[in-house]
Formats: sequence, structure tokens, C-alpha cells
Amino acid sequence: MTPFTTLTSVAVPILRDNVDTDAIIPSREMKSTGRTGLAEGLFAPWRYGDVAARTPDPTFELNMPEAKGGQIILGGANFGCGSSREHAVWALVEYGIRCVIAESFAPIFRANCIRNGVLPITLPRADVDALAWQEITVDLPAQTVTAGETTHNFTIEDEPRTMLLEGLDVIDLTLKALPAIEAWTDADRTARPWVYLEKTA
Amino acid sequence: MTLALRPFANGLTKKTTMTSTGPKTLFEKIWETHRIDTGTSGAGLVAIDRVFLHERTGAAALKSMAAAGRPVRDPARVFAVMDHIVDTRIGRGDGTLMEGGSAFITETRAAAKAAGITLFDVNDPDQGITHVISPELGIVLPGVTLVAPDSHTCTQGALGALAWGIGSSEAEHAMATGTLRIEKPKTMRVTFNGQLALGVTAKDMVLALIATHGAGGGAGHAVEFAGEAVEALDIEARMTLCNMATEFSAMAGFIAPDAKTFAYLAGRRYAPANFDDPYWQTLKTDDGATFDTEIVIDAASLAPMVSWGTSPQHSMPIDGAVPQGPERAHTYIDLAPGAAMLGTPIDVAFVGSCTNARLSDLRRAAALVKGRKVADTIKKAMVVPGSSAVKRAAEAEGLDTIFTEAGFEWRASGCSLCFFAGGERFPEGSRTVSSTNRNFEGRQGPGIRTHIASPETVIASAVAGVIADPRELAKESAQ
Repeated sequence: MTPFTTLTSVAVPILRDNVDTDAIIPSREMKSTGRTGLAEGLFAPWRYGDVAARTPDPTFELNMPEAKGGQIILGGANFGCGSSREHAVWALVEYGIRCVIAESFAPIFRANCIRNGVLPITLPRADVDALAWQEITVDLPAQTVTAGETTHNFTIEDEPRTMLLEGLDVIDLTLKALPAIEAWTDADRTARPWVYLEKTA
Repeated sequence: MTLALRPFANGLTKKTTMTSTGPKTLFEKIWETHRIDTGTSGAGLVAIDRVFLHERTGAAALKSMAAAGRPVRDPARVFAVMDHIVDTRIGRGDGTLMEGGSAFITETRAAAKAAGITLFDVNDPDQGITHVISPELGIVLPGVTLVAPDSHTCTQGALGALAWGIGSSEAEHAMATGTLRIEKPKTMRVTFNGQLALGVTAKDMVLALIATHGAGGGAGHAVEFAGEAVEALDIEARMTLCNMATEFSAMAGFIAPDAKTFAYLAGRRYAPANFDDPYWQTLKTDDGATFDTEIVIDAASLAPMVSWGTSPQHSMPIDGAVPQGPERAHTYIDLAPGAAMLGTPIDVAFVGSCTNARLSDLRRAAALVKGRKVADTIKKAMVVPGSSAVKRAAEAEGLDTIFTEAGFEWRASGCSLCFFAGGERFPEGSRTVSSTNRNFEGRQGPGIRTHIASPETVIASAVAGVIADPRELAKESAQ
């Protein structure tokens, strides 16, 4: 996972509430069992006037000339709601998006962002709106978003922050605690024996 | 600067309970039972008792683990099933109506076999939608933690479990380590007081909750459903209620287990033979325990609900007028503010999905449609049972005949029309009434306008050819 420190980019506004993961990548665009080949399907229903022909819809924000090279998108409330499909974040990453700033996030999408090096930032709606189309700098160590003379502070929990800063593989990190996990499991096996199953199939 | 992440201290689990001694919520009890103390700060390490996979996201997770050389830590507690893109036409094999879809099936099969987990394959007698078969087989139990890379995993909270949807990467973490690293959510209780009126169901309860408090209303919370109207629900209806906790953006939705829960689960394949151990009686919120957020709803005041727009929060009492919403939603769904919902012509009627395709759903639907016909103007009417076991049980009762005589197609089990992966399609602009959980733009296909509602409302609408109030049919059938 690519570590995240600072990022400067135009902020592309997709300022709708309840942007769902079916909109970010529809099920029909999830064509392979892997994590790649998804960028083309990103926002397919909105991005293409004719989805089959892949004709861009010039009114969709990501297709506008000023969005070119944008690595930050802005969203409304409950961004990323709906299906848990991590493909939504994989598609964003493959397209080049590294940061989403929104009024609020749906929980599974937010967790998926953190697992894939995408920084989810929550700011009040008026502040998000004011960032639209501006060249902004996101500074994760300082926890700030700067647009011109204006700086917004944001909060993020310690662990996601460290995971993003260091590009950590958390599975390896947790596996270092395996002795603690195993000791817990041994005690739990006595306390709740019904949890533990024999392989039958 | 904050602390860097440190590895957890090796070994040496002090079985310290960092817990208060006062009254606790059910969530707090389950959380504390599963919290693994590692002696460091950071997100909590929470033990995961059960993992479920399906073919749409499961192969990706298992293949990625295999590529990293990480085994599944306890394969006996990991299950997989083919439900999302399996063909639901009778006599199916690995072929799918979605182009290229069979690779998801064959790769999930191969990856499940290699990992040594239990797989319910396409034509296994126990195949079905994840959240239907897990309770059927007693895989989910009260007090356990269960995760799946599927947002509707919260359905299984109906059995008193803490069950929630995650991404594929977190599924890998859960399978490789038996844990997840997560922050403790806030707690919420949603209390439904009073009794539901005839023709009003668990689906209407949850749609009313989301319509009132928003699709983000549960964000950051684990939600306990409680109150007289919840206690009165049978176990399957409780699953319908918990199913849409994710549409409320809650981490999880759950209901404290009671005598109905234990009677439902006892003796199922993976469940204990009985629930006599005093432990089970502790799985409830103590009197005097407090929640971060409380919502109270008068169940007796609820009407059948139907969605009018493109988010589940765009739902309304079926006999009302379409409220003012985002212009984009009105345009997509082609219903103006102030329009009556009743009488809106529909093209497709679907009873199915992890929300509403259990035997009790099909029984209620069949009771309403018996002796009636789907309107001539309906282009497609389908009933897709939630599991192969539901299908067999329904057939044993003759429900399939009732549906097919009325003009519904009767299918093999799977997720089917709940979403469009490239399979069965309808012309753009087609309007569906569907017992599913999502009415997003394009969810059931490009340009499709979806109205989500109870199975009763789907049946009443299919018979009328327009969005119709199920209460009239319910009264007639009750006589």
C-alpha cells in the first residue's frame, strides 16, 4: 500500500448526498475476480452518456477539463453507502483518486478506503462545498486541508492515520499478536465451546 | 505526533476486563466478550467467530490470501456459498446470465477447496442466499461475532449476534487472524412500541425508520431493535428488520435473543442441541443500561411503506403523496413532488432477496395472491426463494403452484433481481416493485426505476398492475 503524507490536487466536486457504491462501480462493471481492471467502470452510469459505447458525458464532473489529473473528490453526506464491494475503492485508486473529502461516509466504504491508501476526510458541508474546483493541499501529518489562505483541520483516529502514513499491511501487524490471540482462543474454547466447530465437509 | 503502531505484546494475555460493573447493553456484553487485550492502544482487536463468503467477493479475498501465503486460521468456522450471480433458472449449472460470471463461481469453488473452508455449491441442497442459509443451518448464533464481505450481513443480527458487513481486505484479515481491528462504535436503541396494523410488516418498520431518520441516521452506531412490536415479530421477520440496518448506515442491527430465537436455532446443524446453559439468558440489555442514542417509534401508527426515489430514505406511506426530494431523484424515478404513489403503473414485480424471501415471506405472499392473477400489463413477475431449503419447503406446501397459477415465475434460489450484474434486463425506464432493499439509480439495471416494499405490497401491486395498498387484500384474505 502506498503511504499517504501530503497531496496537492484540484478537488473535483461530486456533491450529492448518498452516493452509493453501485454508482461508484455498478455490479456489471465488476468483470473479473481480481482487484484490477476496474477504473474504466468507475462512475460508469454517470460518466458515460452511452455506457456500452463508453461515450463520455461532458456534464459529469470527472469529465470536465478542469478535473484532469484530479486526485481528490468531494462528496456530500453518507458517501459510499450501499454494497460493501471494495471494488469501489479499488476503482477509485486505479483511476488515480487518493483522497475523498465528504460531509460523512458510510462505514464499510470508509474502512475500505483506509485499507487501500485512500484518505477519507470528514468536514462540515459548507467547508466541503467551498473547496469545489480549488487546488488544495491535504496534509495528513498536520491533519489539515488548505485552499489558498484557508486551512481546515480534520480529525482521524490514530490507527487509520498511522496505517495511511506508513502504508502498513495490518494483517502482518496483527499476526505479531498471534500468541495473544491464541491464548484468548484457548480460554474462549472453554467459555463458549459451541463457537468451535469440527470440519465436517 | 501520535504514537506509531506497535506490534502487540507477545503472549501474556492478562485476562483483564476493562469493563464497568454497572448495567450493560447487549452490544457492550458481546463486545467485551470478544475484545482481545493486547496491552497496547490503537483500534480494538475483536475476535471474529464466523466468516461467510460468497462468489462475488469471496474468490478475490481467498486468492489474495493464497498469493500472500496466508492460510485461513480456522477453516471450520469459515463458510462460502454461491448466491449472487448464480443462474436462478431451474436446472442451472455453473453458467450465468452475467457474461463471464461463471469464472466467479469456478474460482470461488477452487479457492474454497484449497483453503479447506465449507462451501455450499450451486446445486448443494443447502445452497441459498448467505443471510438466509446461515440462520437455517445454525451457523449464526446469539452472542457471536460474524462478518462477511457483504453489507447485508447485519441481517443475521436478528438472532442476537453481532454481525456486520466488511470489505474484502478486512475479510482477509478476519480469516488470517481470527480478528478484526475496529474502533468501538456508539450504541443506539430503536424501540418500536405498540402493535403493527394488519398488512404492515417488518419491512415497513425499517423503511419508516430510514425515511424518518435518513440513510445516514445510524452512522457510527451498533443498533439494537427493541420494543413490543419487535418482540412480536417472528424470527424471519426480525431478519427483515435487521437486514436494512446497513441502509441506515449502522455498523450492525440486532435483536436480543429470546425464547423464539432459542427455539428456532436449537438442534440446527451447526447450533447447540439446546440453549439450557445460563449464559444464553445473559444476552440482553440490562435494565438501566444507557445508549448513546435512542429512537422511539409508534409501530401502531405505521402504514405500508414504499420507496418513491433513489435512496431507501426516499420512502413514504403508500397512500401518501410523493414528498419534495432532490430534483435528480424525481427526474430519475419520473415522479413529481405531490404525485400520488397509488396507481403508478408498474412493469415488473419481484419477490425475493435476503430481505424478504424466507418461507414466512412466501407464505404471506402466497396467501394474498391465491386465486388471483398478475395483471396483464405486468411484463415479468417472479418469485425467487431465498434458499434451496425454502424452495423445497414452499413446494411441499404447494406455494409454487399458487404463484405459477397466478402468473409468477418460480425460480431456484439466489440474489436474482436484487441487483443487475448483466443478467436479466428490462428496457430503460421500466418500473419495478420489489421486495428488495435498494432502490439506487441503476441498481436493477440501467434506467430501471425501483420501488422497494414488502412482499405484500409487491403482490397487491402485481395483481393491480399499479402500485397498490396491500391492506385491502390482507383484509379479504384474513376473512
